[in-house]
Amino acid sequence: MKLKLKIWRQKNAKSKGKIVNYDIDNISPDMSFLEMLDVLNADLILKNDEPVSFDHDCREGICGSCSLFINGQAHGPDRLVTTCQLHMRKFNDGDTIYIEPFRAKAFPVIKDLVVDRSAFDRIQHAGGYISINTSGNTQDANSIPVNKNDADLAFDAATCIGCGACVATCKNSSAMLFVGAKVSQYSLLPQGQTEASRRVVNMVNQMDLEGFGNCSNTGACEVECPKGISLDNIARMNRDFIKAKISS
Amino acid sequence: MQTSIIKKFAMAISGLFLIIFLLQHFIINVTSIFSESIFNQFSHFMGKNFVVQFIAQPILIFGVIFHFVMGFYLEIQNRRATKYEYFKENGSANSSWMSRNMIWSGLVILSFLVLHFIDFWIPEMNYKYIEFLPDDPNRYYEELVHKFEMPWRVLLYCISFGLLSMHLLHGFSSALKSMGANKYYSKFVKNLIHLYSIGIPLGFCFIALYHFISHI
Repeated sequence: MKLKLKIWRQKNAKSKGKIVNYDIDNISPDMSFLEMLDVLNADLILKNDEPVSFDHDCREGICGSCSLFINGQAHGPDRLVTTCQLHMRKFNDGDTIYIEPFRAKAFPVIKDLVVDRSAFDRIQHAGGYISINTSGNTQDANSIPVNKNDADLAFDAATCIGCGACVATCKNSSAMLFVGAKVSQYSLLPQGQTEASRRVVNMVNQMDLEGFGNCSNTGACEVECPKGISLDNIARMNRDFIKAKISS
Repeated sequence: MQTSIIKKFAMAISGLFLIIFLLQHFIINVTSIFSESIFNQFSHFMGKNFVVQFIAQPILIFGVIFHFVMGFYLEIQNRRATKYEYFKENGSANSSWMSRNMIWSGLVILSFLVLHFIDFWIPEMNYKYIEFLPDDPNRYYEELVHKFEMPWRVLLYCISFGLLSMHLLHGFSSALKSMGANKYYSKFVKNLIHLYSIGIPLGFCFIALYHFISHI
């Protein structure tokens, strides 16, 4: 495959970036999108050019590191996949491909296609945990009965890998799908009940502090989410938050 | 009113309040097709009743202003949060045009409301509370019909209600979700939202066209 790439290049967080054009040849349709970028970078290094920086780690759709906005869509045109799981067979020979970093005020660009997503970590630190005594007398989780439906919904919410595609694709740069999933994965289980009110209030407050936008329920986040996190999680978080505010 | 969820909740409450008002407005207007006297009786009651005039009307005006001001405020906040634009963005791949353009459909509806205020509300206030003209319980039907004699007004009316329909198609369900309703609420509620969002604006357009065609 022969492709024209239009890639966002930015030297560092303070510099002004721009789109740079690259022509690339001999790309196999069986390559992953990141492998295609590896080929491009190998070419650039041979030419003594600066390779394109991009985030990646596990390359099997689990770690949530890869974060590219490809041809106007987070993680590209395929559904329920991360960029590392996207294959070049989804494109045609001779295509022009735009590759940009995830955009949001709360996700500043560090270099080229790498963005700082530590805002998600700070939201997690604000309440995305259960305070369990791990001194050796912790009750076995299997001994606590959990409704099958709730367990399934909690597991579905817990599949969120925190990649930030929801923020990148949202026209308002809202992080509510991420926060909704992280709130739901605990609030649906008995172990998460004790801290439920404090958790939702603290996580939502931190989300607002980070400068994410307001959710307008367009549903784009659910469509682009590589793990198919449901909008129901946002509605559940809204309910939990309102309940917490009323009861406080 | 500090957190995003509370702001969205307030936006949803004001939206649902306006949805209820629109239904009541439609019920009164639609009687003009069937009976001149029923329409006049309803309008006279609304125009003279103390509760409607001095309690419900100020609440309605507050609701309208709140919904628009909050809408603009949230839009400004959201634009600040996005900060940078993509070179290539394919919004239609994952969301509806209506959901992405609520601010534009809202602006058209706001423009229409300004016209509606100039057309109806200001002359009505002038008639009743400034010039203190004699009470005429039969004037309302003639005033309504007269408004729809001009084709440009009917066209403007239909365009505005078309955009209102799009605004409602997203806004109604969005309001319920902002208040915590699940995405998979019953099919009946979903159908009801669609029926309302398309049926009511279509009904308003039908009333305008009916009176326009009747007087050609």
